[in-house]
Amino acid sequence: MSVTEAAGTRPRNETAPGAEPIIVVDNVSKSFGPLQVLHGVSLTIERGTMVAIVGRSGSGKSTLLRCMNALEEINGGTIQVCGNRVAMDDRASVKRLRSEVGMVFQSYNLFPHLTVLRNITLALTVVQKKSRADADAIAHKVLGLVGLADKAEAYPEQLSGGQAQRVAIARSLALSPKVLLFDEVTSALDPELTGEVLKVMEDLARDGMTMVLVTHEMAFARRLADIVVFMHQGKVWEAGPPAEIFADPKTPELRQFLSSGL
Amino acid sequence: MISYSFDFSFLLTAWPAFLRGAWLTIVLAGTSIALGFVLGLVCAILRSGKSKLLSGLVGIYVEVIRNTPFLVQVFIVYFGLPSLGLRLSAETSAVIALVINTGAYSSEIIRAGIDSIAKGQLEAAECLGLNKLQVYWHIILIPAVERVYPALSSQFVLLMLSSSITSQISAQELTAEANMIQSETFRSFEVYLIVAAVYLALSVLFRVVLWGIGQFAFVRRRKLRT
Amino acid sequence: MITFSSTHLIYLIEAARWTVLLSVLAFIGGGAFGLVLALGRVSQHKWLRWLSAAYIQIIQGTPLLVVLFLAYFGLSILGLDIPPIIAAGLSLTLYTSAFLGEIWRGCILSVPKTQWEASNCIGLSRMQQYRHVILPQAARIAIPPTVGFMVQIIKNTSITSIIGFVELARAGQIVNNSTFEPFITFVFVAIIYFAMCYPLSLASRHFERKLNVGN
Ligand SMILES: Nc1ncnc2c1ncn2[C@@H]1O[C@H](COP(=O)(O)OP(=O)(O)OP(=O)(O)O)[C@@H](O)[C@H]1O
Ligand SMILES: [Mg+2]
Repeated sequence: MSVTEAAGTRPRNETAPGAEPIIVVDNVSKSFGPLQVLHGVSLTIERGTMVAIVGRSGSGKSTLLRCMNALEEINGGTIQVCGNRVAMDDRASVKRLRSEVGMVFQSYNLFPHLTVLRNITLALTVVQKKSRADADAIAHKVLGLVGLADKAEAYPEQLSGGQAQRVAIARSLALSPKVLLFDEVTSALDPELTGEVLKVMEDLARDGMTMVLVTHEMAFARRLADIVVFMHQGKVWEAGPPAEIFADPKTPELRQFLSSGL
Repeated sequence: MISYSFDFSFLLTAWPAFLRGAWLTIVLAGTSIALGFVLGLVCAILRSGKSKLLSGLVGIYVEVIRNTPFLVQVFIVYFGLPSLGLRLSAETSAVIALVINTGAYSSEIIRAGIDSIAKGQLEAAECLGLNKLQVYWHIILIPAVERVYPALSSQFVLLMLSSSITSQISAQELTAEANMIQSETFRSFEVYLIVAAVYLALSVLFRVVLWGIGQFAFVRRRKLRT
Repeated sequence: MITFSSTHLIYLIEAARWTVLLSVLAFIGGGAFGLVLALGRVSQHKWLRWLSAAYIQIIQGTPLLVVLFLAYFGLSILGLDIPPIIAAGLSLTLYTSAFLGEIWRGCILSVPKTQWEASNCIGLSRMQQYRHVILPQAARIAIPPTVGFMVQIIKNTSITSIIGFVELARAGQIVNNSTFEPFITFVFVAIIYFAMCYPLSLASRHFERKLNVGN
């Protein structure tokens, strides 16, 4: 283990993170009918950091992520992204949010009827109104970043899971978001394919991308996250640098979670 | 044993009439397919839409059409509507009946396509910033139609074949032409053998053309050879 | 002027019995022949596969009305003075068999290949495989589309009115000729057809849901 890893930090090529909050979640609660899933969650995500959210199944990790991206309506509290309050019923605010936040899903959700290239350029041309040529250029660039420059003309069904997920990441990247949300993006992949996706995410982190990921990849979180958030029963149970969280859990719930080998 | 000698000599003079009939059927069916597809698309959108009323009305329309014979639908349009003050030519009536009929079947087929689009697709598109209309067009409707295109094509070939029924209101098409030739030549069996062959050729033609349209419209079909 | 009355309605309903009878005939005849075609389509003999495929393609590429005319005029060539119900029944049988044959072929093919292999391993002959293993499973899958196709049969019997067979649609024309109220008459005709077809449509959907849940 290298010195920097042991210290829980990672080398960066830009100014020190932590100065500017990108996402501020304040006392958020969320219910599905009678079932309350989030109980007053508060969390701040600073520019240029990677925040890993861990916790048992059903603890509300995905729900929190989806609330940050206005895929779910919140019942209490506030969420601010890049200084703007997220409100699902305010079209302008949602529109701005979409341009600032990218999201990658466990099931890739590539559009099966479009080529890899068109999957990436669709939003560039339709939403950002870029020309096809400009959009193609951007698409080729981001495909290069994820190591799939040769797959531009392939269709999603012709890709392996790992390739599909890298295309999904490229698709989000193409819109140059300020923050990327990842919801268990490697959970559907075989171990061999997990590595290639994690590698792409690691590259992004080193380039200073702000990232929030829900993950079961503890080794990855431990090595690369700036903050690890342990969620339990719809609350932020513990949060802190990975060195603290993994080496010195304060609560029995976290201790048990870590020892369960997840 | 009865001896019957086949006599196809009427073809020498009647072949232009068969060709004209075939052409009329192509026009009649082609028009009805185009309009029926549009009607089916609109109905499928309404059927899977938010308005309970519109969705219910489309549901009733679809069930009524699918559970009554086309012949009776043709009669209602051609003989029935005039008594409500709407007098239409045989050809117009034929097109209307065919469009209404195909619209119902197509809408069910397209709706199945719409229903088969996974929710994750919509969320992914939303996250990319597409608005509701853009999501509906790019992520729901186009892939839905692409997915059910083979079923739609079969339905359209069936429509072309059912158009023969409109000969019963004397709409000008292939079977009506044949009926005329038959009444002049009295070679009924031979005439309908020829007609059957022409319809067979037409159904091959329609299949090929519809396939070609699919290849043109849906690039993925062309690329992946499905 | 005679207006549409309950007498006419009763006449229509009575004529609908012929529609039902013709449908049943077509289903029995078409079903029996259709099963042969389906087995032919999946036969080990190339020419049997080819023959049944050709038959199905030809019938499915020809309008039922033309098949009906061919049956009607073809039978009269044979010099037989046959009642229209024979030509009607024959053409509907030919038509139904092609469609059921194709539907059932799909059902037979959807029985997993391993079932063939497994039943082969326990020493069943090909006939026994069909009889005891394949067809019972295919039949379960076949129920929803078969019931659905019954609706098509019932609707298609209306075409036999064209050669003068007095079933529901023809009865409608007869009533119309005396009442001159085509709209009401044919709407009632449509309602009676609907009353026969819709329950079958519902049943087909019900069976399909049940099958999907079962799997
Ligand atoms: N759309 C929904 N409707 C109703 N209940 C839901 C919905 N989405 C999530 N839930 C419930 O909310 C709770 C939290 O779900 P969530 O998906 O956020 O958990 P998670 O921490 O992401 O779990 P996992 O690790 O299994 O993905 C669960 O009990 C789940 O059943
Ligand atoms: Mg989750």
